[in-house]
Amino acid sequence: MYPDGHVALDGIDLEIAAGERVAVLGPNGAGKTTLMLHLNGVLTATTGSIQISGIPLDRKSLHDIRRRVGLVFQDPDDQLFVPTVAQDVAFGPANFGLRGEELAARVANALAVVSLTGDAERSPTHLSAGQRRRAALATVLACQPDILVLDEPSANLDPVARRELAETLAGLDATMLIVTHDLPYAAQLCDRAVIMDGGVIVADGAITDILSDSELLAAHRLELPWGFSVQGR
Amino acid sequence: MGAGAHPLYRHDESAVHRTPAEVKIVCLLVFVLAVVATPREMFWPFAIYAAIIVATWRLARIPLRWVLPRMLIEAPFLVLAVLLPFAEGGQRIEVAGLQLSVTGLWAAWGIVIKGTLGVAAALTLAATTSATELPAALSRLAVPAVVTSVLVLMIRYIDLLAAEVSRMRMARIARGDSPRALHQARAIATGIGALFLRSYERGERVYAAMLSRGFDGKAPDLAVIGAPPRAAASQWVVAMLPAAVAVAVSVAAWVTL
Repeated sequence: MYPDGHVALDGIDLEIAAGERVAVLGPNGAGKTTLMLHLNGVLTATTGSIQISGIPLDRKSLHDIRRRVGLVFQDPDDQLFVPTVAQDVAFGPANFGLRGEELAARVANALAVVSLTGDAERSPTHLSAGQRRRAALATVLACQPDILVLDEPSANLDPVARRELAETLAGLDATMLIVTHDLPYAAQLCDRAVIMDGGVIVADGAITDILSDSELLAAHRLELPWGFSVQGR
Repeated sequence: MGAGAHPLYRHDESAVHRTPAEVKIVCLLVFVLAVVATPREMFWPFAIYAAIIVATWRLARIPLRWVLPRMLIEAPFLVLAVLLPFAEGGQRIEVAGLQLSVTGLWAAWGIVIKGTLGVAAALTLAATTSATELPAALSRLAVPAVVTSVLVLMIRYIDLLAAEVSRMRMARIARGDSPRALHQARAIATGIGALFLRSYERGERVYAAMLSRGFDGKAPDLAVIGAPPRAAASQWVVAMLPAAVAVAVSVAAWVTL
């Protein structure tokens, strides 16, 4: 609930199994990003509870849960806040207590996963949008989260950068929540989809079923881009 | 252009560039203090200081035509110095038909020469040190992590902010605003408000992203990651030479006064 009384999320009941890849779909202002910020306790629900890997989210478990749940924000410039990519990737693991050699190895590993090893010492300002997005992903991967939550990962990317990011994501085995209204991207990466609208979950099912139900999509300001249709995979 | 290039940085691979930033900072500080502490009623110490700076420029391969225009930054501070010979009282001498105060002349000389030497020395540090070297250097000089974090954030976001300002300006001109600075004053004033709000909101998002990665108010010392190695004792000795000479000159100046 916002200070002005506006309720962003209103009774969300969602269970996600380990290893699942779930697309969170919905129009602008549906509460998708708000839900994401609840998953690691940046925002706290007025009522209700969140459990990650069986651990209830409370003040004591907060630090542990923030390591387990990695959030990749929509604007990489919000995520990358120090002058070099390597320092930024080190920020998370350093907060979780890693130092020295171990930290350096973790940074090198995360950068290798997103193919940015050669750009470690560059400033995020000088990276392309696609590189920045992958750098933002690396900063979260370096914390080795069990659950990866991505907010609009394909936004502002050119087609090649979009595909490269999809390939990187497809190669990860973390549980994944992808918040998006890029439906083909969701179809490419996820097995299950939920639709949010007005702060509640209005549909939950296999992604092919959801995306082929054009009436359901239309009711919530969603539609496949022109020329697209979804077949079973 | 690598990370941390700033308008006063001149990329090169000279010995001065390679000197660890923490040594250069201490050297600059000691040098400037020595210059400021020198009695102003003499000339030879300042000639030696100037020679030290010019020699450093040669070593750093900084051409005069690059550095001299940048020294104009001190011009506004010299206005006061120009007024002093007229404003001060005491004994007067006549120069080109003007009655000038002797103490005022010495005071003006002191401001001009000490200011110029200080700016020149600071520009030397700026020209040979990229912004990304600064946080690590300061943290090695025991500057608290809060201060280096602020610096780190500033280095990262200043470009972004500048880009945002220029995009807002483009958008105004595209809608028919006059491109002349004075005519834009009103639009700029309102634009600053919008910019403040945007920056504030970005600050909140950055903070949320930091929290998500386990930030708990204690900034980890990131500055040292990927930073060049600490200065060795031998580097300290060599790089502090200009400062040591300056201190010696300053002391000698007081002795001979």
